[in-house]
Amino acid sequence: MKSMRIGSGAGYAGDRLEPALTLLDQGNLDYICFECLAERTIALAQKEKKNDPKKGYNHLLEYRMEEILPLAFARKTKVITNMGAANPLQAMQVTREIAKRKGITGLKIAAVLGDDVLDLVKRSQDLKILETGQYLSILDNRIISANAYLGSAGIIEALKQGADVVITGRTADPSLFLAPMIHEFGWSMEDFEKLGRGTMVGHLLECAGQVCGGYFADTDRKTVPDLWNIGFPFVEIDENGEGIISKVEGTGGIINTATCTEQLLYEIHDPAHYLTPDCTADFSAVEFESEGKDLVRFRKASGKKASDFYKVSIGFINGFLGEGQISYGGTDCIARAQLAAEIVKKRLEKLALEDVRFERIGLNSITPYHSHPQDLLEVRLRVCAKADTLEKARKIGQEVETLYTNGPYGGGGVTQNTEEVISVVSVLIPKDKVKTHVEYTVS
Amino acid sequence: MKLREIAHARSGDKGNISNIALIVFDKRDFKLIKEKVTEKRVKDWLGDVVKGEVKRFELPQLGALNFVLYEALDGGVTSSTQLDKHRKSLSSFLLEMPI
Repeated sequence: MKSMRIGSGAGYAGDRLEPALTLLDQGNLDYICFECLAERTIALAQKEKKNDPKKGYNHLLEYRMEEILPLAFARKTKVITNMGAANPLQAMQVTREIAKRKGITGLKIAAVLGDDVLDLVKRSQDLKILETGQYLSILDNRIISANAYLGSAGIIEALKQGADVVITGRTADPSLFLAPMIHEFGWSMEDFEKLGRGTMVGHLLECAGQVCGGYFADTDRKTVPDLWNIGFPFVEIDENGEGIISKVEGTGGIINTATCTEQLLYEIHDPAHYLTPDCTADFSAVEFESEGKDLVRFRKASGKKASDFYKVSIGFINGFLGEGQISYGGTDCIARAQLAAEIVKKRLEKLALEDVRFERIGLNSITPYHSHPQDLLEVRLRVCAKADTLEKARKIGQEVETLYTNGPYGGGGVTQNTEEVISVVSVLIPKDKVKTHVEYTVS
Repeated sequence: MKLREIAHARSGDKGNISNIALIVFDKRDFKLIKEKVTEKRVKDWLGDVVKGEVKRFELPQLGALNFVLYEALDGGVTSSTQLDKHRKSLSSFLLEMPI
């Protein structure tokens, strides 16, 4: 039976590169995929591209390609990534220049285009926002980006044309991994059961280190060896869409049925209906079985027909966020932090801020606890709110800072921060309204 | 006994919706968490964090329950003023639940 090996080189935009290089060098891979595009990342990239048409792709693209290309070329491993972000075309050109500089000739690089649907969305003010049910017109002229989550088709087309490196913008994360399976095994785009299996594999791989013990390790309950040197995962998958997941021997981390189960359910809702542009995957009957150290067999994923719509992520400017923090120590530090919070609250009242939040870090900032431990000897007050102007947002941190001389005794270590808020909402648009195409270049 | 003694958990976020996967170390304990960790108990335990409903999905072959918490992220990671915008820490807080 035909089989192939796919590795995962990154789980987010700023991920570590070292494990990817180890995987490329020793993983005997046919493909390596780098998932580098979070929900909001593309909106920020669109903003950047507006200021400079030669920017808007992943910030680490050059850093990564410099190291990846020579290895991938030597090992005959194809590279698929969404590092193109808002500008796959420019990312393609930059990658070609790097390949040339490294003395690699004949490398075919593809850019998958068409996910940018800003113009279409701007003309469709009557679309409903999925999260709130409101019409898109409510966002007025604040929209800065609209990108459809494309499926695997564009990448498959590029692979068919012999591309060695495929760079996309917004593409559904598992589709990056599913595309090479469809291409290599010749699966039909209507064979939803197999597409569901491949999507499950993509979902296991898309967060890279997370299935290898990253975001898993606990103290003695869930020990993970050499997490500092975590390896990234690869799968060996057969043409039926089943196989094993593993990592390179000698790397840190762990792959077992527990890490696989956590990753399977990561960021999914109904396990029987995991929506992607390629299919509605069904993970509800998936089974994992350990076949040795860091070796887990997966089976029984499935799938149904995909929806007729693409999900579109819309980025819009949503005001400014202002933040200030200050620490209190010693007996009654919690009460002094509370007093400080009340003072700042009064001073900020006239600004009409939104979502004003007072958290005491160490006590109630990340969990819903409402305990008041007597022996807590330090606590950090955090004040954060949204404002409609940068000026107002700055005032939040400033009022925390003035606690130094105008608040309770012993406050220290003030930090302040402001940032523009780029928020994201989603809409659905019919698939036939989106035209994708692929561009090529050769080094 | 605290839930953490028999189970582990992972939270994820999507839009304004959080999900927490709860997985037993030993599949023989699945029946127990299925009985004790109901939608209602999770909603009560997390208090005003979850503004919408809590929905539970069962995966007995994996010893896992997946809880989907609607309106639990103050608008979501791209607009929340929370320190833990993803609310990833909710998974560890769920494990503090007495059963």
